[in-house]
Amino acid sequence: MLPMESATETATAAAVGQPSCHNRIVEIDRLSFLYEHKNVIDNLTFTVLERDFVGLIGPNGAGKTTLLRLLVGLLKPTSGDIRLFGQSISKFQDWDRIGYVPQKNAFNPLFPATVREIVESGLYGRKRLYRKLGASDRRKIDDALDVMRIADLAGRRIGQLSGGQQQRAFLARALVNSPQLLILDEPTVGIDAETQQGFFQLIRHMHEHHHITFLMVSHDMEMMEAYLGSEPVQSAGKLKFYVKHTHAPEDCGETNLSHSIERPGGMREMMEVT
Amino acid sequence: MDIFLEPFFQRALIGGILIGLTAPLMGTFLVLRRLSMIGDTLAHVSIAGVALGFLINVYPLGTGLLFALLASFAIEQLRKTYRTYAELSIAIIMSGGVALATLLFTLGKGFNMNVMSYFFGSVYTLDTADIAVVGGVSALVLIVICLHFKEFFLMFFDEEAASVSGLPVRAYNIAVTMLTALVISVSIKIVGALLVSALLTIPVACSLVVGRSFRHSVGMAVLYSEVAVMIGLVVAGVWDLAPGATVVLTLIVLLIGTLTFKMGLRRRA
Repeated sequence: MLPMESATETATAAAVGQPSCHNRIVEIDRLSFLYEHKNVIDNLTFTVLERDFVGLIGPNGAGKTTLLRLLVGLLKPTSGDIRLFGQSISKFQDWDRIGYVPQKNAFNPLFPATVREIVESGLYGRKRLYRKLGASDRRKIDDALDVMRIADLAGRRIGQLSGGQQQRAFLARALVNSPQLLILDEPTVGIDAETQQGFFQLIRHMHEHHHITFLMVSHDMEMMEAYLGSEPVQSAGKLKFYVKHTHAPEDCGETNLSHSIERPGGMREMMEVT
Repeated sequence: MDIFLEPFFQRALIGGILIGLTAPLMGTFLVLRRLSMIGDTLAHVSIAGVALGFLINVYPLGTGLLFALLASFAIEQLRKTYRTYAELSIAIIMSGGVALATLLFTLGKGFNMNVMSYFFGSVYTLDTADIAVVGGVSALVLIVICLHFKEFFLMFFDEEAASVSGLPVRAYNIAVTMLTALVISVSIKIVGALLVSALLTIPVACSLVVGRSFRHSVGMAVLYSEVAVMIGLVVAGVWDLAPGATVVLTLIVLLIGTLTFKMGLRRRA
């Protein structure tokens, strides 16, 4: 298939008239998923472009979590395909380009793990099997802890932290590899409103100033609408996709150097704008 | 203390130290996966294997080991079928194992006494072949854990994140269950099937209270278990008591001591 053909086929409202400087980060192509004979996801086509902030909103049972699990390879599609960074998910190996922040209540608060151990675990993966962490890895961990302002909590057990601090620890874990795509699964569930606000500010800032594409599941309409606008770009069943780009796609010609360029080295540089 | 010069007691100490090292390692993984009871289950199935071994005149530890491995596969399979009811698969396999063991006992009434040594442990009857098997299993467990320690941490802490990082989570789960089966089947001759799960879980119960980090907790679990094994074996040897019982009771004393100490600290703070 020619690139042009596939482009027209997977084009979505967000992608219409897209300039060429935006790489396709996630391409969902006629994706369907059946669970116990029920169509959880039905013929969904959607494209996430570089530096998009995609808010995935819907009530319980709309298929938000199912879609996330499909995107990270935890579930296999019944039909259709998912491409990550242009590569079919069945062949995709570069999982270190993707950061993942789980739901807050998805872990055991009594687990004997320190904040540092958790952040460090963001570096583990298929590519690092049988390899010890080196000095540069330790620097990455320190940077991630600094950026999230939890360096002083590094030695504490995760269960001793407040909800907001825990969430920053998980964000640090997701950022330690300097990912290009950050996937967040209802990261603010179970956190008080004020901390939620702060966390969302942090995410917004990262989207506006750093070279990261976001995919965030939430049922918090208010906070998402405030940033992403009130009109979903696409709906599929009860699933709604809200998209905000760091700048209007048509301005691409002027700014592509400043935002589409490969970012330099470590995360500290990437985050230093803070 | 002449007992330290006796070869049978030396073998017991070597076997005990090896199991004291590997049991709490696997135990940590089991407790963190909320599968504490799997130890008991595999031990009971293992007994059925031991009984079969006596019945058909095959090395009983070998048949026990094979049964435990098969049972661990069955548990993983059932866990997939009843995904949200992890303890259901354990209950099924446990009762199956006990039933099978009982059946095999009634088939071979003559060997009841020998099988009893596997129920209650008979660390003093370890022979060189037993030590070799325990040593082999321990070496395998240590190699696998050392090579995959960081991946195991991620998997037990957050299995989804481990999947997203591209780790072979399913293969790891199977490997951990199989290693657990191996450790349990060689432990039953030392502490006995009825007490195996104590050696897997009580050191972890202690380490969870005092552990400052994952690494530290794992280390402390091993330390607690080794201390208990040594004290237990020496006490049993000197006063001629059942060694499995003294090891487990030492563990419980250590646990109570740790909890009391921790409470005292908290009150003062």
